[in-house]
Amino acid sequence: MGASATTARGRELLARLGVAVTLGGAVLLLIDLLAQLARVDLWIIGGELAFSQLMNYLWTGLTLGLIIGLAGVGLSLTYSILNFANFAHGDYLTLGAFSGWSVAYVIAGLGTIDLASLILVDAPSSNVGASVTNTPVAVVVGLVVAIVVTVALGLALDRAVYKPMRNSEGISLLIASIGVAFILRYLAALIFGTGRRGITAPSEIPSMTVLGVQVNAHQLTILVVALVAMMAIHLLLQRTKIGKAMRAMADNRDLARITGIPTERMITATWVLGSGLAGASGYMLVLARGTLGFNDGYLLLLLIFAAVILGGIGSVYGAIVGGLLIGITSRVALVWVPGEFGRPVAFGLMILFLLFRPSGLFGGVETA
Amino acid sequence: MSTDTEGRSRLVTDAGYIAGAMLLLYVVFLILGTLQGYPVAGIISSLQRVTFLVAVYGLAVLALNLHWGYAGLFNIGVAGFMAVGVYTSVMLTAPVGASPPGLGLPLPVGILGGMLAAALVGLIAGLPALRLRSDYLAIMTVAVSEIIRFTYNSNTFSQFTGGASGFDSIPPGPIRQLLLQDASSIISEPTPLGAAIFQFMEFSGIGWISLGRPDTINILSTLLIVVVLVLVYAFLVRAVNSPYGRVLKSIREDEVAAQSLGKNTSRFKLKTFMLGCALMGLAGIMWFGAIGQSSVYPNAFRPEITFYIFIALIIGGAGSNTGSVLGGALFAGLLFEAPPRVATILTDALGVTNAPDTIIGALGPIASGQLTPMLGFLLDNMSQLRFIFVGVLLIYLIQRRPEGLLGHRSEIAAATDLSVRPSQSKGGETDE
Repeated sequence: MGASATTARGRELLARLGVAVTLGGAVLLLIDLLAQLARVDLWIIGGELAFSQLMNYLWTGLTLGLIIGLAGVGLSLTYSILNFANFAHGDYLTLGAFSGWSVAYVIAGLGTIDLASLILVDAPSSNVGASVTNTPVAVVVGLVVAIVVTVALGLALDRAVYKPMRNSEGISLLIASIGVAFILRYLAALIFGTGRRGITAPSEIPSMTVLGVQVNAHQLTILVVALVAMMAIHLLLQRTKIGKAMRAMADNRDLARITGIPTERMITATWVLGSGLAGASGYMLVLARGTLGFNDGYLLLLLIFAAVILGGIGSVYGAIVGGLLIGITSRVALVWVPGEFGRPVAFGLMILFLLFRPSGLFGGVETA
Repeated sequence: MSTDTEGRSRLVTDAGYIAGAMLLLYVVFLILGTLQGYPVAGIISSLQRVTFLVAVYGLAVLALNLHWGYAGLFNIGVAGFMAVGVYTSVMLTAPVGASPPGLGLPLPVGILGGMLAAALVGLIAGLPALRLRSDYLAIMTVAVSEIIRFTYNSNTFSQFTGGASGFDSIPPGPIRQLLLQDASSIISEPTPLGAAIFQFMEFSGIGWISLGRPDTINILSTLLIVVVLVLVYAFLVRAVNSPYGRVLKSIREDEVAAQSLGKNTSRFKLKTFMLGCALMGLAGIMWFGAIGQSSVYPNAFRPEITFYIFIALIIGGAGSNTGSVLGGALFAGLLFEAPPRVATILTDALGVTNAPDTIIGALGPIASGQLTPMLGFLLDNMSQLRFIFVGVLLIYLIQRRPEGLLGHRSEIAAATDLSVRPSQSKGGETDE
């Protein structure tokens, strides 16, 4: 009895200590950042950092964060409503990207380039010349197709895999989702091949310099599409009956059921929203990077998980904020660590949250 | 006394299962080798490779089974702990002057050091993580394993780890050192023991078996790993049937109940986590280290390999040591190693030449009733197809048979079998 009380107190102390150390570290890094910008050099802090470099990190981090955030909304909703961590979510992004860009390529290059290589997104990117200014119709239609195909995929997979397992515990569903991830990833590899390919034509993307940062049209597109999507999600959740029901489900499933919210219909709505956003963010990931490989979505998955955990599982707004934080952290971290550690730092941030604040930033506030 | 004979009969059944599985694998690969027209030495070396994969998968799956099957800890960072084990062991044993340099210590020290390092990483990760919900633990362990991989992969530390291209200066394994005077060169003068063994293996008196030095060394190294597997298996069987193992099973079934019986469950979980991590380190050392493949590079430790090990465990049945080895054998042999070879054989047998490169090129001829191009395309892409099949199998298993092949067998948690009650106990009230 006494022993367990001691360990509980010790644990609490440890948690507090952890939070203190983390905050202290963050403050130190902030001071260091300011010192670096001011070109001050004091023992371990300080150094030289161009302001434009920092702005560049922030901007690329923001675009990546928007993509992660949008993908995170779906993951967060399925996590809380269906009660499992969907390890296939990243591969929904991949499938969305491939299907969307396949159609975009066909529209952009029809008549001039061999159809088969267009469908397989295999034609040389400079010949197709896909970009939001050069082939606007193709890019927009591609985005819509990416969303539609991923929604269909999400619903089909729910029916085939997850529906028969509604009453299973989370870990069983998680394992099933690993199986789904394998199927989707290698299906993409089977159809589209395993090579990484350039998709957009770099020469066709106009860009300008704002505050010392290269801002290109595709990054602006991501910003606009993401803001529109977030606004739409906000209105859906706050103004419509289905959105309110969804929030209620995410908040407390049993309570929601008692008030007569139809569970199955809500689950369908969740998959539609989540998969659609996953497809859109997969498609936009290509806009941000210019390239696509069959592993891309899967490689982003852990960052999406990080965003969802940061924001608090079940919180839609949390996922968006978490996505931005993770995206920006993984880029701004490069002020202090070499490029290859951007991702590990983001994972580290997620681990800190899991340990010290598993309910996330918005946990407790929930989706309201 | 009855439990004693029961235990013995179970041991015999288990040995039977594993022997049966191995026999099945050997027959399959014998047939595959014959169909492909391999020479006898080639067939033997393919059997050696299968045995090697079965053994290393067995080691890794056993370690994971200790975590998930016995303690209920959902660790999907296996790859990371294997990486820590093998990297530490090669860093300890590599020659001092090599690049990347090592400490030049003997292999046993390297193995122990690697296991200790993996256990230590397990301690650091597990100390805070084991109180988390199991899905959080899953996400955290996979993140830890990725951080480990990125660290070994990074340029920053490449003077110690070799960076993305991996660790080059792996010293030769113990079998080479035993058989060759200069272990680093396969054509060097053999030791007296080596001379005898090589002569025996190269003996072509029967007329058809003659194994060269590389094959001989590989076979003996694989046998060494099999011995390690048997030792680990025996250790785990003993451990989970000890009082310690009974506490573990009680934690898996009902942690609160175990706590209320006065067991410090978090300490048990932490110890088990560290032990399992050490065994994962050992599996990594045997798999990629000097005795095994002798190639250590970061991308061998992607999360995929964790999932393969997981699938093997689910096939065999979580919570059963014999099932773990069996699942490892079936996954490594039938799902991983066999499909590409079956594809080669079928491609030859069906006379599929110049199969289309893309799925569209394969779909076109179907319209005109030609199925061979599609078949050829699918056979060419067997390495992708097998993972699609693995995914389907995983979903099927978790939906229809989550207990795997052997996980249904109840292992008795109590010291004596409580289900067999002596007949005189008629004290209970009947419920009518």
